[in-house]
Amino acid sequence: MSQKKPVWIARDYTRCSGCRKCEIACSLFHEKRIWPEASRIRVFMLVPGAEVPHFCAQCHDYPCIESCPVEALSVSEETEAVLVDKEKCTGCALCIDACPGKIPHLHPTENYALICDLCGGDPQCARVCGEGRWNALWVAKKPKSHSYRLYAKRPEEVTRELVINLYGEKGKGMI
Amino acid sequence: MRGYAGKFLEVDLSTEKMKDVNFDEAILRQYIGGRGLATRILWDRLGDHWEKVDPLGPENILLLFTGPLTGFFPGAKLCVSGKSPQSNGIVGSTVAGEFPVEIKCSGYDGLIVTGKASHPVYVSVTDSKAEIRDASHIWGKEAKETLKILTEEGRRELRERNPRYGEWKEPAAIYIGPAGENKVRVSAVTAKWTHGAGYGGYGAVMGSKNLKAVIAKGTGPLPEVADLEKVSTLIDEISRIYYRADEWRRWGTGAAGYDVGARLSSEPVKNWQDEWHDEKSFGVDKFEERVWIKRYWGDFGCPTTCLKIAMPKAGPFKGAITDNPDYENQAYVGTNLGLFTPEENVYLMALLDDLGLCGIQGGNVLGFAGELFQRGILTKGDLDGIELKWGDAEAFASLALMIARREGIGDVLAEGTYRAALKIGEIKKMDLLPYAVVEKGIAIGAHGIRSGEDYTAEAGLMSFACSVQGGDHTSIAYLPLTHGNSELNVILHDSGVYCWFNVMEDEALDLIWDFFEAVTGWRIGPEEWYETTARRILHLQRAALLLGGPDLRWDPKVHDDNPPRFYEPLPSGPYAGKTTDRAKFEEYKKEYYEAVGWDERGRPKSEELKRLGLKDLDRKLRNALR
Repeated sequence: MSQKKPVWIARDYTRCSGCRKCEIACSLFHEKRIWPEASRIRVFMLVPGAEVPHFCAQCHDYPCIESCPVEALSVSEETEAVLVDKEKCTGCALCIDACPGKIPHLHPTENYALICDLCGGDPQCARVCGEGRWNALWVAKKPKSHSYRLYAKRPEEVTRELVINLYGEKGKGMI
Repeated sequence: MRGYAGKFLEVDLSTEKMKDVNFDEAILRQYIGGRGLATRILWDRLGDHWEKVDPLGPENILLLFTGPLTGFFPGAKLCVSGKSPQSNGIVGSTVAGEFPVEIKCSGYDGLIVTGKASHPVYVSVTDSKAEIRDASHIWGKEAKETLKILTEEGRRELRERNPRYGEWKEPAAIYIGPAGENKVRVSAVTAKWTHGAGYGGYGAVMGSKNLKAVIAKGTGPLPEVADLEKVSTLIDEISRIYYRADEWRRWGTGAAGYDVGARLSSEPVKNWQDEWHDEKSFGVDKFEERVWIKRYWGDFGCPTTCLKIAMPKAGPFKGAITDNPDYENQAYVGTNLGLFTPEENVYLMALLDDLGLCGIQGGNVLGFAGELFQRGILTKGDLDGIELKWGDAEAFASLALMIARREGIGDVLAEGTYRAALKIGEIKKMDLLPYAVVEKGIAIGAHGIRSGEDYTAEAGLMSFACSVQGGDHTSIAYLPLTHGNSELNVILHDSGVYCWFNVMEDEALDLIWDFFEAVTGWRIGPEEWYETTARRILHLQRAALLLGGPDLRWDPKVHDDNPPRFYEPLPSGPYAGKTTDRAKFEEYKKEYYEAVGWDERGRPKSEELKRLGLKDLDRKLRNALR
């Protein structure tokens, strides 16, 4: 019997260097290619310097799973990640609409949604970010709280706040 | 072929026609990509009448090339090339960012841009589809505003194309500022606000073609490689070397801002009248403590992230944004203009970024004007009322604006230091070349050779004088030819197209042949590279430089030399009185010619060209350079 080991990838946008090693590691792991658009974590740069790694926040109520009309999405018993059944998924994109952060996206060439699966419990993005000591991403104990849903935000929303944090008054109007 | 997308996009801006172009494997193995392949294409298409091709005319070809290692080797770069409006030769000028990765993921290895658009345009590339679009709404806009509009438009268009996809990540962009639009020869091709391909002056080439920008989004993977597992392992190995390179990571090249001036005594101060300063206010620690708002900033795949974002939070220059600045820009847009505070340096560099002026080339011409003012050669009247005193950031800012807009004296200075020296000299009836610290039309990087302590001087004093890229401090003539700093190695990096910094450590450089093999399947190896492949590219670049034209040509007897200032004694500091030993320089030059297979006149030898299968080049040189 598999052991339940919920993990969560913590994030600190202000520490993201924009090196995109997370995209490289994720796509190498899942696609056996370097494929930024097929990465389950994607770094948005809507304003230079305000890079936003965008990936699943594992909301406590999993609105994406609720929205799926074909039961292609489920919660991993081991890690509590959202798992996408590629065979069942029709690429209808309802899960993207249901996500408060519009985080899932469709595979660029296949017809199914891409959602972070925590690499089965050893997330490659957090590994590489930690190796490089940027520590914008790291593996944390999953909190018994609803607060992690605060990270389910659209890239624009995060960027709008980050640019003020980073550039102060100058940040207004950058996006 | 592994590592390559397999096709290039050719865009003719005159006819608005586009087509895919392929190169066979033999050509790619010989010329790799980036700088090497660009050189070959320029020679094939323009070589027979090179001297007549106007770099700022519609006949010039702009090349935006990746290489097989781009995206794989940690730290992605784009190589920009064409006939250089600075040297009239060929420069491989690189700029970091995600643009080259997006190009490869869209199915192309690069763009070949010919002709001239009838009105301002930009080119959009999405997954093997390309469009030429009107750019009248962004023409005239500075860098940050340009990128903002391109990002918004690009994302909107992607959303409309496929609204179900989810959030569309922005396309990557390269673009020019007002300086490039106005064909200012010291303008850069810019990315991400602050990154620039400045050597060569290709911002002006884009401007001459009415090409404001190119944006790209590729949803595909990077191309297949020969051995993925090996590539993956090598990425980790190289990365680990740089995770440990603490000074690079923490301070980038900025550590040199004080060090090169104070210890090595090879930093330009007041247009190179000195190369020494002991001004601790200009230490990188001051930048770090006072103005850096982001400590680690990097581009695709980079383990080092040597860039930092700077913005003063108080004082008159509050809110000016640029990166670090790196050492080159600390020097050229700092000490070279008599500026010794991080805030002034950031303010002026941010302005140059926004105008699309290269920090090195622009800083050099600003310093040149500063010295002419100091000597009373240029007066306040000549400068439209600007009191161009050393250390006055606002005065230099006003002049930078005039250069970018080609207003008043700015129109002459926009031609770059060498051409401006000739023109102002003609008006003032004086020889102003002694104040022009340039090599074959290209401003010398911020590394002087007089103290003998700089890495460019270790090479033997001919580092700039014999480089095929003139003053480019990243591509210097160096012996032995196999040394990490040698131009032959830089040709490898600029042709594979990745960041040279991530291969600077010997233990990283040792892995480069394995990296090429794991990606392409070709075992190039040192013998093939140093003896044949790199030589071909070097000789082609050398030939283009010697043929030059139409406005300037370089005679090795006269111009394979250091700028006059490098023979003046250093006035102060630990190496005061020291200067370049001309006799030694001549010896090194002779030795270098011999090592690379050039004759005593500095031309590639006939037997050398024949050995390399470049008979056409030999014929051309013998006919053109009697």
